[in-house]
Amino acid sequence: MFEPVLLKNLDRPDAHRLAAYEATGGYRGLARALKEHTPDEVIGIVKAANLRGRGGAGFPTGMKWGFVPKAPGRPKYLCCNADEGEPGTFKDRIIMERDPHQLIEGMAISAYAIGAATAYVYIRGEYVKAIRTLGAAIGEARDKGYLGQNILGSGFDFEMHIHEGAGAYICGEETAMLDSLEGKRAQPRLKPPFPAVEGLYASPTVVNNVETLACVPHILTRGDDWFRDIGPEKSPGPKLYCLSGQVRKPGLYELPMGISLGELVEEHAGGPLSGRRIKAVIPGGVSAPVIPAEGLGVAMDFDSLAAAGSMLGSAGVIVIDDSTCMVKVATRIIEFFHHESCGKCTPCREGLNWVVKVLRRIEAGRGAPDDLDQLRDLCKGIFGNTFCALGDGAAMGLRAALEHYGDEFAAHIDRQKCPFH
Amino acid sequence: MSPPSDMRAEIEAAAARYPDRRSAIMPALLIAQRLHGHLPGQVLEEVADILGVERIWVYELATFYTLFHTEPVGRYHLQLCDNVSCMLCGSEALLAHIETVLGIGKGETTADGLFTLSTVECLGACEMAPVMQVGDDYHGALDIARLDALLTRLRAEAGAAAGATEMAGE
Ligand SMILES: Cc1cc2nc3c(=O)[nH]c(=O)nc-3n(C[C@H](O)[C@H](O)[C@H](O)COP(=O)(O)O)c2cc1C
Ligand code: SF4
Repeated sequence: MFEPVLLKNLDRPDAHRLAAYEATGGYRGLARALKEHTPDEVIGIVKAANLRGRGGAGFPTGMKWGFVPKAPGRPKYLCCNADEGEPGTFKDRIIMERDPHQLIEGMAISAYAIGAATAYVYIRGEYVKAIRTLGAAIGEARDKGYLGQNILGSGFDFEMHIHEGAGAYICGEETAMLDSLEGKRAQPRLKPPFPAVEGLYASPTVVNNVETLACVPHILTRGDDWFRDIGPEKSPGPKLYCLSGQVRKPGLYELPMGISLGELVEEHAGGPLSGRRIKAVIPGGVSAPVIPAEGLGVAMDFDSLAAAGSMLGSAGVIVIDDSTCMVKVATRIIEFFHHESCGKCTPCREGLNWVVKVLRRIEAGRGAPDDLDQLRDLCKGIFGNTFCALGDGAAMGLRAALEHYGDEFAAHIDRQKCPFH
Repeated sequence: MSPPSDMRAEIEAAAARYPDRRSAIMPALLIAQRLHGHLPGQVLEEVADILGVERIWVYELATFYTLFHTEPVGRYHLQLCDNVSCMLCGSEALLAHIETVLGIGKGETTADGLFTLSTVECLGACEMAPVMQVGDDYHGALDIARLDALLTRLRAEAGAAAGATEMAGE
Protein backbone atom coordinates (compact mmCIF):
# COMPACT_ATOMS: atom_id res chain seq x y z
CA MET A 1 0.00 0.00 0.00
CA PHE A 2 1.47 3.33 -1.08
CA GLU A 3 1.70 5.96 1.64
CA PRO A 4 1.69 9.57 0.50
CA VAL A 5 5.03 11.32 0.87
CA LEU A 6 4.75 14.84 -0.53
CA LEU A 7 1.10 15.22 0.43
CA LYS A 8 1.23 13.38 3.74
CA ASN A 9 0.51 16.53 5.76
CA LEU A 10 -2.04 18.01 3.41
CA ASP A 11 -5.04 17.42 5.64
CA ARG A 12 -3.51 19.10 8.68
CA PRO A 13 -4.90 22.61 8.90
CA ASP A 14 -1.53 24.04 10.00
CA ALA A 15 0.63 22.01 7.61
CA HIS A 16 2.12 25.20 6.21
CA ARG A 17 3.59 26.20 9.58
CA LEU A 18 7.07 25.31 10.74
CA ALA A 19 5.94 23.65 13.99
CA ALA A 20 3.72 21.18 12.14
CA TYR A 21 6.46 20.45 9.64
CA GLU A 22 9.03 19.79 12.36
CA ALA A 23 6.56 17.59 14.25
CA THR A 24 6.47 15.16 11.32
CA GLY A 25 10.24 14.99 10.90
CA GLY A 26 10.79 18.20 8.96
CA TYR A 27 14.31 19.62 8.60
CA ARG A 28 15.89 16.33 9.73
CA GLY A 29 17.00 15.73 6.14
CA LEU A 30 18.81 19.06 6.15
CA ALA A 31 20.41 18.31 9.51
CA ARG A 32 21.58 14.94 8.25
CA ALA A 33 22.98 16.40 5.02
CA LEU A 34 24.92 19.11 6.86
CA LYS A 35 26.20 16.98 9.74
CA GLU A 36 26.77 13.57 8.18
CA HIS A 37 27.55 14.20 4.53
CA THR A 38 29.87 16.17 2.30
CA PRO A 39 28.23 18.01 -0.60
CA ASP A 40 29.52 15.34 -2.99
CA GLU A 41 27.94 12.62 -0.89
CA VAL A 42 24.59 14.40 -1.07
CA ILE A 43 24.88 14.50 -4.85
CA GLY A 44 25.76 10.81 -4.77
CA ILE A 45 22.65 9.98 -2.72
CA VAL A 46 20.35 11.91 -5.08
CA LYS A 47 22.00 10.17 -8.05
CA ALA A 48 21.58 6.77 -6.40
CA ALA A 49 17.90 7.52 -5.74
CA ASN A 50 17.56 8.15 -9.48
CA LEU A 51 15.39 11.20 -8.88
CA ARG A 52 14.37 12.67 -12.24
CA GLY A 53 13.19 16.23 -12.75
CA ARG A 54 9.46 16.76 -12.30
CA GLY A 55 9.42 19.95 -14.38
CA GLY A 56 8.77 18.08 -17.60
CA ALA A 57 11.93 16.69 -19.12
CA GLY A 58 12.77 14.05 -16.51
CA PHE A 59 16.46 14.91 -16.46
CA PRO A 60 18.36 13.09 -13.66
CA THR A 61 18.67 15.58 -10.80
CA GLY A 62 21.87 14.26 -9.21
CA MET A 63 23.60 14.31 -12.58
CA LYS A 64 22.54 17.93 -13.14
CA TRP A 65 23.92 18.92 -9.74
CA GLY A 66 27.14 17.09 -10.59
CA PHE A 67 27.69 19.29 -13.67
CA VAL A 68 28.21 22.37 -11.50
CA PRO A 69 31.96 23.10 -11.45
CA LYS A 70 33.54 22.51 -8.06
CA ALA A 71 36.13 25.24 -8.33
CA PRO A 72 35.61 28.24 -6.07
CA GLY A 73 35.47 31.59 -7.78
CA ARG A 74 32.19 32.60 -9.34
CA PRO A 75 29.19 32.42 -6.99
CA LYS A 76 26.78 29.59 -7.74
CA TYR A 77 23.02 29.91 -7.83
CA LEU A 78 20.02 27.69 -7.31
CA CYS A 79 16.75 28.63 -9.02
CA CYS A 80 13.49 26.96 -8.24
CA ASN A 81 11.13 26.84 -11.18
CA ALA A 82 7.70 27.64 -9.71
CA ASP A 83 6.35 29.26 -12.86
CA GLU A 84 3.90 26.38 -13.40
CA GLY A 85 2.34 27.64 -16.60
CA GLU A 86 1.71 24.34 -18.37
CA PRO A 87 -2.07 24.15 -18.81
CA GLY A 88 -3.58 21.41 -16.67
CA THR A 89 -0.91 21.65 -13.96
CA PHE A 90 -1.38 22.81 -10.37
CA LYS A 91 0.83 20.57 -8.19
CA ASP A 92 3.55 23.11 -7.40
CA ARG A 93 0.94 25.64 -6.29
CA ILE A 94 -0.50 23.14 -3.81
CA ILE A 95 2.94 22.25 -2.40
CA MET A 96 3.72 25.94 -1.85
CA GLU A 97 0.31 26.80 -0.41
CA ARG A 98 -0.04 23.80 1.84
CA ASP A 99 3.38 22.44 2.79
CA PRO A 100 6.01 25.00 1.74
CA HIS A 101 8.72 23.93 4.21
CA GLN A 102 9.34 20.80 2.14
CA LEU A 103 10.45 23.06 -0.68
CA ILE A 104 12.59 25.27 1.57
CA GLU A 105 14.31 22.25 3.09
CA GLY A 106 14.86 20.68 -0.33
CA MET A 107 16.36 23.93 -1.60
CA ALA A 108 18.70 24.25 1.37
CA ILE A 109 19.95 20.70 0.82
CA SER A 110 20.36 21.28 -2.90
CA ALA A 111 22.21 24.55 -2.34
CA TYR A 112 24.58 22.79 0.09
CA ALA A 113 25.23 20.07 -2.49
CA ILE A 114 26.08 22.49 -5.32
CA GLY A 115 27.78 25.14 -3.18
CA ALA A 116 25.22 27.92 -3.71
CA ALA A 117 24.76 30.65 -1.11
CA THR A 118 21.78 32.28 -2.83
CA ALA A 119 18.60 30.93 -4.38
CA TYR A 120 15.61 32.44 -6.14
CA VAL A 121 12.17 30.91 -6.33
CA TYR A 122 10.56 32.10 -9.55
CA ILE A 123 6.81 31.97 -8.82
CA ARG A 124 4.21 33.02 -11.35
CA GLY A 125 2.62 36.29 -10.22
CA GLU A 126 -0.93 34.93 -10.27
CA TYR A 127 -0.06 32.64 -7.37
CA VAL A 128 -0.62 35.32 -4.72
CA LYS A 129 -1.51 32.87 -1.96
CA ALA A 130 1.51 30.66 -2.67
CA ILE A 131 3.78 33.71 -2.71
CA ARG A 132 2.47 34.84 0.68
CA THR A 133 2.55 31.40 2.27
CA LEU A 134 6.03 30.56 1.03
CA GLY A 135 7.23 34.03 2.03
CA ALA A 136 5.95 33.54 5.59
CA ALA A 137 7.52 30.06 5.72
CA ILE A 138 10.90 31.45 4.60
CA GLY A 139 10.64 33.94 7.48
CA GLU A 140 9.90 31.15 9.97
CA ALA A 141 12.80 29.06 8.67
CA ARG A 142 15.16 32.03 8.91
CA ASP A 143 14.09 32.78 12.49
CA LYS A 144 14.73 29.19 13.45
CA GLY A 145 18.19 29.11 11.84
CA TYR A 146 17.38 26.81 8.90
CA LEU A 147 18.27 29.66 6.57
CA GLY A 148 20.83 32.44 6.96
CA GLN A 149 24.36 32.34 8.37
CA ASN A 150 26.04 29.23 9.75
CA ILE A 151 22.98 26.98 9.39
CA LEU A 152 22.70 24.48 12.28
CA GLY A 153 26.25 25.33 13.30
CA SER A 154 27.65 23.78 10.11
CA GLY A 155 29.33 26.86 8.68
CA PHE A 156 26.99 26.72 5.64
CA ASP A 157 25.38 30.06 4.73
CA PHE A 158 22.32 30.15 2.52
CA GLU A 159 19.62 32.70 1.71
CA MET A 160 16.60 32.42 -0.55
CA HIS A 161 14.34 35.00 -2.19
CA ILE A 162 11.06 34.93 -4.04
CA HIS A 163 10.97 36.46 -7.53
CA GLU A 164 7.44 37.09 -8.72
CA GLY A 165 6.69 36.44 -12.37
CA ALA A 166 4.40 38.69 -14.34
CA GLY A 167 2.49 36.42 -16.68
CA ALA A 168 4.44 34.70 -19.45
CA TYR A 169 4.43 30.93 -19.98
CA ILE A 170 7.84 31.06 -21.61
CA CYS A 171 9.40 32.01 -18.24
CA GLY A 172 9.00 28.33 -17.35
CA GLU A 173 11.65 27.45 -19.94
CA GLU A 174 14.74 27.50 -17.77
CA THR A 175 16.97 29.83 -19.79
CA ALA A 176 14.12 32.27 -20.45
CA MET A 177 13.58 32.25 -16.68
CA LEU A 178 17.20 33.22 -16.15
CA ASP A 179 16.86 36.14 -18.56
CA SER A 180 13.69 37.17 -16.77
CA LEU A 181 15.53 37.03 -13.43
CA GLU A 182 18.22 39.25 -14.89
CA GLY A 183 15.56 41.84 -15.68
CA LYS A 184 15.24 41.15 -19.40
CA ARG A 185 12.40 40.02 -21.63
CA ALA A 186 12.02 36.29 -21.15
CA GLN A 187 13.47 34.70 -24.27
CA PRO A 188 15.26 31.35 -24.33
CA ARG A 189 19.04 31.27 -24.64
CA LEU A 190 21.12 29.10 -26.89
CA LYS A 191 22.32 25.90 -25.17
CA PRO A 192 25.18 25.10 -24.65
CA PRO A 193 26.40 26.64 -22.47
CA PHE A 194 24.03 24.90 -20.09
CA PRO A 195 22.94 26.78 -16.97
CA ALA A 196 24.96 24.45 -14.72
CA VAL A 197 28.08 25.95 -16.29
CA GLU A 198 26.88 29.42 -17.27
CA GLY A 199 23.46 30.42 -15.96
CA LEU A 200 22.24 33.32 -13.85
CA TYR A 201 24.59 36.30 -14.16
CA ALA A 202 26.81 33.95 -16.22
CA SER A 203 27.47 31.91 -13.05
CA PRO A 204 26.93 28.18 -12.59
CA THR A 205 23.22 27.69 -11.86
CA VAL A 206 20.94 24.78 -11.16
CA VAL A 207 17.29 25.11 -12.14
CA ASN A 208 14.90 22.60 -10.59
CA ASN A 209 11.15 22.26 -10.39
CA VAL A 210 9.27 22.65 -7.07
CA GLU A 211 8.22 19.00 -6.88
CA THR A 212 11.75 17.79 -7.70
CA LEU A 213 13.18 19.82 -4.82
CA ALA A 214 10.38 18.77 -2.47
CA CYS A 215 11.41 15.10 -2.96
CA VAL A 216 14.96 15.78 -1.74
CA PRO A 217 14.40 15.98 2.06
CA HIS A 218 12.56 12.64 1.98
CA ILE A 219 15.43 11.00 0.09
CA LEU A 220 17.89 12.26 2.70
CA THR A 221 15.83 11.00 5.66
CA ARG A 222 14.53 7.74 4.23
CA GLY A 223 17.38 6.75 1.97
CA ASP A 224 17.99 6.39 -1.74
CA ASP A 225 16.94 2.73 -1.82
CA TRP A 226 13.55 3.56 -0.28
CA PHE A 227 12.96 6.09 -3.06
CA ARG A 228 14.24 3.83 -5.82
CA ASP A 229 11.93 1.05 -4.69
CA ILE A 230 8.81 3.09 -5.44
CA GLY A 231 7.62 2.67 -9.04
CA PRO A 232 9.71 1.69 -12.06
CA GLU A 233 13.45 1.37 -11.63
CA LYS A 234 14.34 3.89 -14.33
CA SER A 235 11.78 6.46 -13.30
CA PRO A 236 11.12 5.95 -9.59
CA GLY A 237 9.54 7.80 -6.70
CA PRO A 238 6.25 9.21 -5.52
CA LYS A 239 4.53 11.39 -8.12
CA LEU A 240 1.92 14.13 -8.08
CA TYR A 241 -0.74 13.80 -10.78
CA CYS A 242 -3.03 16.75 -11.56
CA LEU A 243 -6.44 15.51 -12.71
CA SER A 244 -8.79 17.91 -14.46
CA GLY A 245 -11.34 18.22 -17.23
CA GLN A 246 -14.34 15.98 -17.80
CA VAL A 247 -13.84 13.61 -14.89
CA ARG A 248 -15.83 12.99 -11.73
CA LYS A 249 -13.20 13.78 -9.11
CA PRO A 250 -10.69 16.31 -10.38
CA GLY A 251 -7.86 17.02 -7.96
CA LEU A 252 -4.26 16.35 -7.00
CA TYR A 253 -3.34 12.70 -6.47
CA GLU A 254 -0.08 11.35 -5.10
CA LEU A 255 0.67 7.83 -6.29
CA PRO A 256 3.76 5.93 -7.38
CA MET A 257 5.38 6.69 -10.70
CA GLY A 258 4.35 4.17 -13.30
CA ILE A 259 0.70 3.74 -12.29
CA SER A 260 -1.46 3.11 -15.35
CA LEU A 261 -3.22 6.10 -16.84
CA GLY A 262 -6.46 4.12 -16.88
CA GLU A 263 -6.28 3.30 -13.18
CA LEU A 264 -5.53 6.92 -12.38
CA VAL A 265 -8.50 8.22 -14.34
CA GLU A 266 -11.03 5.46 -13.74
CA GLU A 267 -10.31 4.36 -10.17
CA HIS A 268 -8.74 7.32 -8.44
CA ALA A 269 -10.42 10.20 -10.25
CA GLY A 270 -13.79 8.44 -10.52
CA GLY A 271 -13.99 7.99 -14.29
CA PRO A 272 -16.14 9.92 -16.75
CA LEU A 273 -19.09 12.14 -15.89
CA SER A 274 -22.42 10.34 -15.80
CA GLY A 275 -23.64 9.14 -19.16
CA ARG A 276 -20.34 9.97 -20.83
CA ARG A 277 -17.49 7.96 -22.28
CA ILE A 278 -13.84 8.97 -22.16
CA LYS A 279 -12.59 9.83 -25.61
CA ALA A 280 -9.05 10.99 -24.99
CA VAL A 281 -6.62 11.96 -22.25
CA ILE A 282 -3.78 14.46 -22.36
CA PRO A 283 -1.30 12.94 -19.89
CA GLY A 284 1.24 15.68 -19.18
CA GLY A 285 -0.07 19.17 -19.78
CA VAL A 286 -1.05 20.45 -23.22
CA SER A 287 2.52 20.05 -24.54
CA ALA A 288 2.02 16.28 -24.27
CA PRO A 289 0.42 14.57 -27.29
CA VAL A 290 -3.10 13.25 -26.66
CA ILE A 291 -3.67 9.57 -25.92
CA PRO A 292 -6.91 8.03 -27.26
CA ALA A 293 -9.10 5.97 -24.91
CA GLU A 294 -7.69 2.71 -26.32
CA GLY A 295 -4.24 3.68 -25.03
CA LEU A 296 -5.11 4.21 -21.37
CA GLY A 297 -3.14 1.13 -20.33
CA VAL A 298 0.09 3.13 -20.63
CA ALA A 299 2.19 3.53 -17.48
CA MET A 300 2.66 7.05 -16.16
CA ASP A 301 6.42 7.37 -16.19
CA PHE A 302 8.91 9.19 -18.39
CA ASP A 303 10.02 6.22 -20.48
CA SER A 304 6.66 4.48 -20.97
CA LEU A 305 4.91 7.63 -22.11
CA ALA A 306 7.76 8.53 -24.46
CA ALA A 307 7.53 5.03 -25.95
CA ALA A 308 3.79 5.60 -26.45
CA GLY A 309 4.51 8.78 -28.43
CA SER A 310 3.58 11.19 -25.69
CA MET A 311 5.27 12.42 -22.53
CA LEU A 312 4.84 12.60 -18.77
CA GLY A 313 5.63 16.32 -18.90
CA SER A 314 4.15 18.05 -15.90
CA ALA A 315 1.68 15.19 -15.19
CA GLY A 316 -1.23 17.51 -15.89
CA VAL A 317 -3.80 14.87 -16.82
CA ILE A 318 -6.70 16.39 -18.78
CA VAL A 319 -9.66 14.11 -19.39
CA ILE A 320 -11.78 14.67 -22.49
CA ASP A 321 -15.13 12.92 -23.04
CA ASP A 322 -17.21 12.06 -26.08
CA SER A 323 -19.22 15.29 -25.93
CA THR A 324 -16.16 17.31 -26.88
CA CYS A 325 -14.93 18.31 -30.32
CA MET A 326 -11.24 17.51 -30.76
CA VAL A 327 -10.82 20.23 -33.39
CA LYS A 328 -11.92 22.73 -30.79
CA VAL A 329 -9.50 21.33 -28.21
CA ALA A 330 -6.65 21.37 -30.72
CA THR A 331 -7.50 24.92 -31.74
CA ARG A 332 -7.54 26.15 -28.15
CA ILE A 333 -4.17 24.49 -27.49
CA ILE A 334 -2.50 26.02 -30.54
CA GLU A 335 -4.03 29.41 -29.73
CA PHE A 336 -2.39 29.10 -26.32
CA PHE A 337 1.03 28.33 -27.78
CA HIS A 338 0.69 31.10 -30.32
CA HIS A 339 -0.24 33.58 -27.59
CA GLU A 340 2.73 32.48 -25.46
CA SER A 341 5.31 32.32 -28.26
CA CYS A 342 8.08 34.70 -27.24
CA GLY A 343 8.56 35.74 -30.86
CA LYS A 344 12.25 34.97 -31.07
CA CYS A 345 12.16 32.46 -33.91
CA THR A 346 10.11 32.43 -37.12
CA PRO A 347 8.82 28.83 -37.30
CA CYS A 348 7.12 29.25 -33.92
CA ARG A 349 6.00 32.88 -34.22
CA GLU A 350 4.75 32.78 -37.82
CA GLY A 351 4.10 29.05 -38.15
CA LEU A 352 1.73 28.95 -35.19
CA ASN A 353 -0.04 32.06 -36.41
CA TRP A 354 -0.75 30.24 -39.65
CA VAL A 355 -1.82 27.04 -37.89
CA VAL A 356 -4.28 29.00 -35.74
CA LYS A 357 -5.88 30.52 -38.83
CA VAL A 358 -6.32 27.16 -40.53
CA LEU A 359 -7.70 25.49 -37.39
CA ARG A 360 -10.15 28.30 -36.72
CA ARG A 361 -11.54 28.11 -40.22
CA ILE A 362 -11.94 24.33 -40.02
CA GLU A 363 -13.76 24.61 -36.67
CA ALA A 364 -15.97 27.38 -38.08
CA GLY A 365 -17.03 25.16 -40.99
CA ARG A 366 -15.01 26.96 -43.63
CA GLY A 367 -12.18 24.45 -44.02
CA ALA A 368 -10.78 23.72 -47.49
CA PRO A 369 -10.14 20.16 -48.75
CA ASP A 370 -6.35 20.53 -48.61
CA ASP A 371 -6.30 22.09 -45.13
CA LEU A 372 -5.32 18.84 -43.39
CA ASP A 373 -2.32 18.42 -45.66
CA GLN A 374 -1.48 22.00 -45.03
CA LEU A 375 -1.59 21.44 -41.26
CA ARG A 376 0.65 18.39 -41.57
CA ASP A 377 3.14 20.39 -43.63
CA LEU A 378 3.10 23.19 -41.09
CA CYS A 379 3.81 20.72 -38.26
CA LYS A 380 6.75 19.41 -40.29
CA GLY A 381 8.04 22.93 -40.81
CA ILE A 382 7.81 23.78 -37.13
CA PHE A 383 8.94 20.57 -35.44
CA GLY A 384 12.69 20.42 -34.93
CA ASN A 385 13.18 23.90 -36.36
CA THR A 386 12.41 26.06 -33.35
CA PHE A 387 14.78 27.63 -30.90
CA CYS A 388 13.17 26.09 -27.80
CA ALA A 389 10.80 23.25 -27.00
CA LEU A 390 7.66 25.41 -27.01
CA GLY A 391 7.33 25.20 -30.78
CA ASP A 392 8.12 21.47 -30.78
CA GLY A 393 5.47 20.80 -28.14
CA ALA A 394 2.85 22.64 -30.16
CA ALA A 395 3.66 20.74 -33.35
CA MET A 396 3.83 17.33 -31.63
CA GLY A 397 0.46 17.82 -30.00
CA LEU A 398 -1.24 18.84 -33.24
CA ARG A 399 0.35 15.97 -35.15
CA ALA A 400 -1.06 13.49 -32.62
CA ALA A 401 -4.53 15.07 -32.77
CA LEU A 402 -4.50 14.79 -36.58
CA GLU A 403 -3.29 11.22 -36.42
CA HIS A 404 -5.87 9.96 -33.91
CA TYR A 405 -8.83 12.19 -34.76
CA GLY A 406 -8.26 12.86 -38.46
CA ASP A 407 -11.85 11.72 -39.13
CA GLU A 408 -13.25 14.47 -36.95
CA PHE A 409 -11.16 17.09 -38.72
CA ALA A 410 -12.25 15.71 -42.10
CA ALA A 411 -15.92 15.69 -41.05
CA HIS A 412 -15.71 19.41 -40.27
CA ILE A 413 -14.41 20.08 -43.76
CA ASP A 414 -16.82 17.71 -45.57
CA ARG A 415 -19.94 19.00 -43.85
CA GLN A 416 -18.70 22.59 -43.61
CA LYS A 417 -19.76 22.67 -39.95
CA CYS A 418 -18.69 21.37 -36.57
CA PRO A 419 -20.48 18.03 -35.99
CA PHE A 420 -20.65 18.80 -32.27
CA HIS A 421 -22.80 21.91 -32.50
CA MET B 1 0.61 63.14 -8.95
CA SER B 2 3.77 62.51 -6.97
CA PRO B 3 4.57 58.87 -6.23
CA PRO B 4 3.59 57.56 -2.83
CA SER B 5 6.55 58.13 -0.55
CA ASP B 6 7.16 54.47 0.27
CA MET B 7 7.55 53.39 -3.37
CA ARG B 8 11.23 54.26 -3.34
CA ALA B 9 11.81 52.43 -0.06
CA GLU B 10 9.98 49.32 -1.26
CA ILE B 11 11.89 49.28 -4.52
CA GLU B 12 15.21 49.70 -2.71
CA ALA B 13 14.34 46.76 -0.46
CA ALA B 14 13.59 44.63 -3.54
CA ALA B 15 16.82 45.71 -5.24
CA ALA B 16 18.84 44.58 -2.21
CA ARG B 17 17.90 40.97 -3.01
CA TYR B 18 19.87 40.93 -6.27
CA PRO B 19 23.50 41.52 -7.20
CA ASP B 20 22.36 43.60 -10.20
CA ARG B 21 19.77 46.39 -10.07
CA ARG B 22 18.38 45.46 -13.49
CA SER B 23 16.95 42.31 -11.86
CA ALA B 24 14.80 44.52 -9.64
CA ILE B 25 12.85 46.03 -12.56
CA MET B 26 10.17 43.33 -12.44
CA PRO B 27 9.59 43.54 -8.70
CA ALA B 28 9.71 47.34 -8.94
CA LEU B 29 7.02 47.36 -11.63
CA LEU B 30 4.84 45.11 -9.49
CA ILE B 31 5.29 47.47 -6.54
CA ALA B 32 4.54 50.52 -8.68
CA GLN B 33 1.47 48.92 -10.22
CA ARG B 34 0.11 47.97 -6.82
CA LEU B 35 0.44 51.58 -5.68
CA HIS B 36 -0.78 53.27 -8.87
CA GLY B 37 -3.26 50.76 -10.28
CA HIS B 38 -1.48 50.74 -13.64
CA LEU B 39 1.81 51.82 -15.21
CA PRO B 40 1.63 55.06 -17.20
CA GLY B 41 4.82 56.33 -18.84
CA GLN B 42 5.57 58.71 -16.03
CA VAL B 43 5.59 55.87 -13.47
CA LEU B 44 7.88 53.82 -15.72
CA GLU B 45 10.31 56.74 -15.81
CA GLU B 46 10.11 57.05 -12.05
CA VAL B 47 10.97 53.34 -11.67
CA ALA B 48 13.92 53.69 -14.06
CA ASP B 49 15.19 56.71 -12.13
CA ILE B 50 14.89 55.03 -8.72
CA LEU B 51 16.80 51.98 -9.95
CA GLY B 52 19.21 54.01 -12.06
CA VAL B 53 18.66 51.77 -15.10
CA GLU B 54 17.97 52.50 -18.77
CA ARG B 55 14.40 53.60 -19.40
CA ILE B 56 14.12 51.28 -22.40
CA TRP B 57 14.81 48.30 -20.10
CA VAL B 58 11.81 49.28 -18.02
CA TYR B 59 9.53 49.91 -21.04
CA GLU B 60 10.40 46.60 -22.65
CA LEU B 61 9.40 44.65 -19.55
CA ALA B 62 6.22 46.65 -18.96
CA THR B 63 5.08 45.73 -22.48
CA PHE B 64 6.23 42.08 -22.50
CA TYR B 65 4.55 40.60 -19.44
CA THR B 66 0.77 40.28 -19.43
CA LEU B 67 0.33 41.13 -15.74
CA PHE B 68 1.65 44.64 -16.32
CA HIS B 69 -0.95 47.17 -17.44
CA THR B 70 0.15 50.33 -19.17
CA GLU B 71 -3.53 51.37 -19.48
CA PRO B 72 -5.97 51.75 -16.59
CA VAL B 73 -8.08 48.74 -15.62
CA GLY B 74 -11.36 48.63 -13.69
CA ARG B 75 -11.54 48.30 -9.94
CA TYR B 76 -12.22 44.58 -10.35
CA HIS B 77 -10.33 42.84 -13.11
CA LEU B 78 -12.28 39.72 -14.02
CA GLN B 79 -9.74 37.26 -15.42
CA LEU B 80 -11.59 34.23 -16.65
CA CYS B 81 -9.49 31.23 -17.63
CA ASP B 82 -10.44 29.81 -21.01
CA ASN B 83 -7.70 27.25 -21.38
CA VAL B 84 -8.55 23.59 -22.07
CA SER B 85 -9.54 22.34 -18.59
CA CYS B 86 -11.78 25.34 -17.93
CA MET B 87 -13.23 25.18 -21.44
CA LEU B 88 -14.11 21.51 -20.88
CA CYS B 89 -15.92 22.57 -17.70
CA GLY B 90 -17.99 25.36 -19.23
CA SER B 91 -15.96 28.58 -19.28
CA GLU B 92 -17.48 29.65 -22.62
CA ALA B 93 -20.97 29.91 -21.15
CA LEU B 94 -19.56 31.93 -18.26
CA LEU B 95 -17.86 34.33 -20.63
CA ALA B 96 -21.07 34.81 -22.63
CA HIS B 97 -22.97 35.43 -19.42
CA ILE B 98 -20.54 38.06 -18.13
CA GLU B 99 -20.58 39.79 -21.51
CA THR B 100 -24.37 39.95 -21.40
CA VAL B 101 -24.86 41.08 -17.81
CA LEU B 102 -22.04 43.64 -17.84
CA GLY B 103 -22.54 44.72 -21.46
CA ILE B 104 -18.81 44.58 -22.21
CA GLY B 105 -16.58 42.34 -24.28
CA LYS B 106 -13.10 40.99 -23.64
CA GLY B 107 -10.61 43.74 -22.93
CA GLU B 108 -13.31 46.29 -22.11
CA THR B 109 -14.21 48.13 -18.92
CA THR B 110 -17.72 49.00 -17.70
CA ALA B 111 -18.65 52.69 -17.92
CA ASP B 112 -18.63 52.99 -14.13
CA GLY B 113 -15.03 51.77 -14.07
CA LEU B 114 -15.95 48.86 -11.82
CA PHE B 115 -15.20 45.85 -14.01
CA THR B 116 -12.65 45.01 -16.68
CA LEU B 117 -13.12 41.68 -18.44
CA SER B 118 -10.30 39.51 -19.77
CA THR B 119 -9.83 35.89 -20.65
CA VAL B 120 -6.51 34.49 -19.49
CA GLU B 121 -4.46 31.38 -20.07
CA CYS B 122 -4.33 28.59 -17.48
CA LEU B 123 -4.34 29.93 -13.91
CA GLY B 124 -2.95 26.68 -12.51
CA ALA B 125 -6.05 25.77 -10.54
CA CYS B 126 -7.68 23.28 -12.92
CA GLU B 127 -8.92 21.10 -10.06
CA MET B 128 -11.53 23.81 -9.44
CA ALA B 129 -12.32 24.59 -13.09
CA PRO B 130 -13.87 26.77 -14.31
CA VAL B 131 -11.80 29.39 -12.52
CA MET B 132 -11.66 33.17 -12.53
CA GLN B 133 -9.12 35.39 -10.80
CA VAL B 134 -10.29 38.72 -9.44
CA GLY B 135 -7.55 40.79 -7.82
CA ASP B 136 -5.56 38.46 -5.57
CA ASP B 137 -8.30 35.84 -5.28
CA TYR B 138 -9.20 32.72 -7.23
CA HIS B 139 -12.87 31.81 -7.57
CA GLY B 140 -13.35 28.19 -8.59
CA ALA B 141 -16.10 25.71 -9.48
CA LEU B 142 -18.01 28.59 -11.03
CA ASP B 143 -21.44 28.28 -12.56
CA ILE B 144 -23.89 31.00 -13.57
CA ALA B 145 -25.43 31.25 -10.09
CA ARG B 146 -22.07 31.53 -8.32
CA LEU B 147 -20.86 34.00 -10.87
CA ASP B 148 -23.93 36.21 -10.34
CA ALA B 149 -23.46 36.01 -6.57
CA LEU B 150 -19.82 37.02 -6.94
CA LEU B 151 -20.64 40.03 -9.15
CA THR B 152 -23.33 41.12 -6.68
CA ARG B 153 -20.91 40.84 -3.79
CA LEU B 154 -18.22 42.83 -5.59
CA ARG B 155 -20.74 45.56 -6.45
CA ALA B 156 -21.86 45.75 -2.83
CA GLU B 157 -18.25 45.83 -1.64
CA ALA B 158 -17.49 48.72 -4.00
CA GLY B 159 -20.68 50.52 -2.93
CA ALA B 160 -19.78 50.13 0.73
CA ALA B 161 -16.26 51.41 0.11
CA ALA B 162 -17.63 54.43 -1.80
CA GLY B 163 -20.09 55.08 1.04
CA ALA B 164 -17.28 54.94 3.58
CA THR B 165 -15.20 57.48 1.62
CA GLU B 166 -18.16 59.83 1.37
CA MET B 167 -18.77 59.61 5.12
CA ALA B 168 -15.10 60.25 5.83
CA GLY B 169 -15.16 63.25 3.50
CA GLU B 170 -18.17 64.88 5.15
C1 LIG C 1 8.03 26.18 -22.97
C2 LIG C 1 8.52 25.53 -21.71
C3 LIG C 1 7.84 25.75 -20.51
C4 LIG C 1 8.27 25.16 -19.32
N1 LIG C 1 7.58 25.42 -18.17
C5 LIG C 1 8.02 24.86 -17.01
C6 LIG C 1 7.34 25.15 -15.79
O1 LIG C 1 6.35 25.90 -15.74
N2 LIG C 1 7.83 24.60 -14.65
C7 LIG C 1 8.94 23.78 -14.65
O2 LIG C 1 9.35 23.32 -13.60
N3 LIG C 1 9.57 23.49 -15.79
C8 LIG C 1 9.15 24.02 -16.97
N4 LIG C 1 9.84 23.75 -18.12
C9 LIG C 1 11.05 22.89 -18.04
C10 LIG C 1 12.28 23.71 -17.64
O3 LIG C 1 12.87 24.26 -18.80
C11 LIG C 1 13.33 22.88 -16.92
O4 LIG C 1 13.60 21.75 -17.68
C12 LIG C 1 12.93 22.42 -15.53
O5 LIG C 1 12.51 23.50 -14.74
C13 LIG C 1 14.09 21.74 -14.86
O6 LIG C 1 13.71 21.27 -13.59
P1 LIG C 1 13.69 19.71 -13.24
O7 LIG C 1 14.98 19.12 -13.74
O8 LIG C 1 13.56 19.67 -11.77
O9 LIG C 1 12.52 19.14 -13.96
C14 LIG C 1 9.40 24.31 -19.33
C15 LIG C 1 10.06 24.07 -20.53
C16 LIG C 1 9.63 24.66 -21.71
C17 LIG C 1 10.37 24.38 -22.98
S1 SF4 D 1 10.10 28.25 -30.13
FE1 SF4 D 1 8.67 29.96 -29.75
S2 SF4 D 1 8.89 30.36 -27.57
FE2 SF4 D 1 10.69 29.14 -28.17
S3 SF4 D 1 12.26 30.66 -28.74
FE3 SF4 D 1 11.15 30.23 -30.63
S4 SF4 D 1 9.55 31.83 -30.68
FE4 SF4 D 1 10.31 31.77 -28.59
